Amino acid sequence: MRNQITPRDGSEEFNQPASGQSLNNASVLFKFGESPSPEKKSIIRVTSSKLKFTDRLGSWKARWNIGRMRYTVEPGLYSLGDPTEKSHVFVSANYKMSFDRLRSQLKGRDGWILVLDTKGINVWCAAGKGTFGTFEIVNRMRIVGLHDIVSHRKLILPQLGAPGVSAHEVKRATGFTVIYGPVRAEDLPEFIDNRLKATSEMRQVKFEFVDRIVLIPTEIVLVGKWALLAILAFFLLSGLGEGIYSIDRALSDGLFNNLILLYVLFFGVILTPALLPYLFGRAFWVKGVWLGIFCVIEAGFFFKTHPDLFPGWLSSIAWILMGVATTSFLAMNFTGSSTYTSMSGVVKEMKIALPVQLSAAIAGLCLWVVSRFIH
Amino acid sequence: MLALQYIPNVTTLGYDPTKCNGCRKCIDVCPHEVFALVNKRAVIKNLDACMECGACVGNCEPLALSVVSGVGCAYGVIMGLLKGTEPTCGCDEGSGSCC
Repeated sequence: MRNQITPRDGSEEFNQPASGQSLNNASVLFKFGESPSPEKKSIIRVTSSKLKFTDRLGSWKARWNIGRMRYTVEPGLYSLGDPTEKSHVFVSANYKMSFDRLRSQLKGRDGWILVLDTKGINVWCAAGKGTFGTFEIVNRMRIVGLHDIVSHRKLILPQLGAPGVSAHEVKRATGFTVIYGPVRAEDLPEFIDNRLKATSEMRQVKFEFVDRIVLIPTEIVLVGKWALLAILAFFLLSGLGEGIYSIDRALSDGLFNNLILLYVLFFGVILTPALLPYLFGRAFWVKGVWLGIFCVIEAGFFFKTHPDLFPGWLSSIAWILMGVATTSFLAMNFTGSSTYTSMSGVVKEMKIALPVQLSAAIAGLCLWVVSRFIH
Repeated sequence: MLALQYIPNVTTLGYDPTKCNGCRKCIDVCPHEVFALVNKRAVIKNLDACMECGACVGNCEPLALSVVSGVGCAYGVIMGLLKGTEPTCGCDEGSGSCC
């Protein structure tokens, strides 16, 4: 095991003065013991618990998927406040939102933050991939020379880093004991004051209204790309009908059908996160079917009061099929953003759902095209 | 709020109580309170809450636990099927659709 997690001798990154290339914008501190020899000196960057406007703006942009994959901080060791050799070491990912969440909760405290290179991915996802993991912890500790910087032998990890980490292997390789902190950074102050003990409440992942709502922008952007294609397709296809094709009809009927599409997408993208616990069924695709049914009921009321806009039965049935397939698929897609679905469960529901959704969508689309010609 | 519970009877979590040394690590790392400690041994008290993240398995020194872990993500499973690989969120490709 030890060989597996010991960086190979002669590996470039390992032998370089840590992150030497970004020397310019980093402060170099040597606080303890003698000055390390030049080739062994480690760079400690300074950070604070204070989030600036640009940090908040960056976080907002990442939620909207703007530059999210490049929203990173440099891996390495950071000092927060005025830490000593006795101060706690907190381990984080180099996704800037993860790092900011952590440091903003350490107001008025001194400590070290060890930022792992998780390729800009948040702690939980990176742990699932193993980039937030035993190897990188051991590797990063050696790069920054943590053994010489702190006198104690404890690392505080976010609990959600655990899927990538074996605490006993970190201990074996480095002598450091891994202590799993709370799931949420906001519980850190209490955890620290409670002598590094987490309550069972702190250990549980939740998925409450606010947790779900903040995911909506990302969902909109991700679905938006496909939605634009679908909108274009509906404008094009709406020209079909009597006399084969009409540009006027493509625009007018296209607008009408795309309004229906947007209405369906609203249900699937916005209401799935919002109403998740209130939708009947455990499988997400079933939850989505309910959203589709609500869609149909509400549309029914609308056309009852606006009968002049009713597009006809054939077209309506076509839209019911396409609509329910869409909301069901979108809800099922939300499993990836949820915090409690297992792969076995997702595979199980998809085996049933995908064939149902696909056949409903295809049948609906065929019916809809036919309805263009029969009026 | 209503409790969010996913599909029951599917988890691949396996546990051999005879190997447990009572270290509590599984209880510490599990995000869904699957385990409890009874008479200095871990017991599974809520199997269906398991999301197969693998945190308990990697932190169980006596190797009492096992699971087929993976992403509980439909997009990842579809991508895995299309590419013929393990289910993955595709974060590395910079596709922007990470879990």
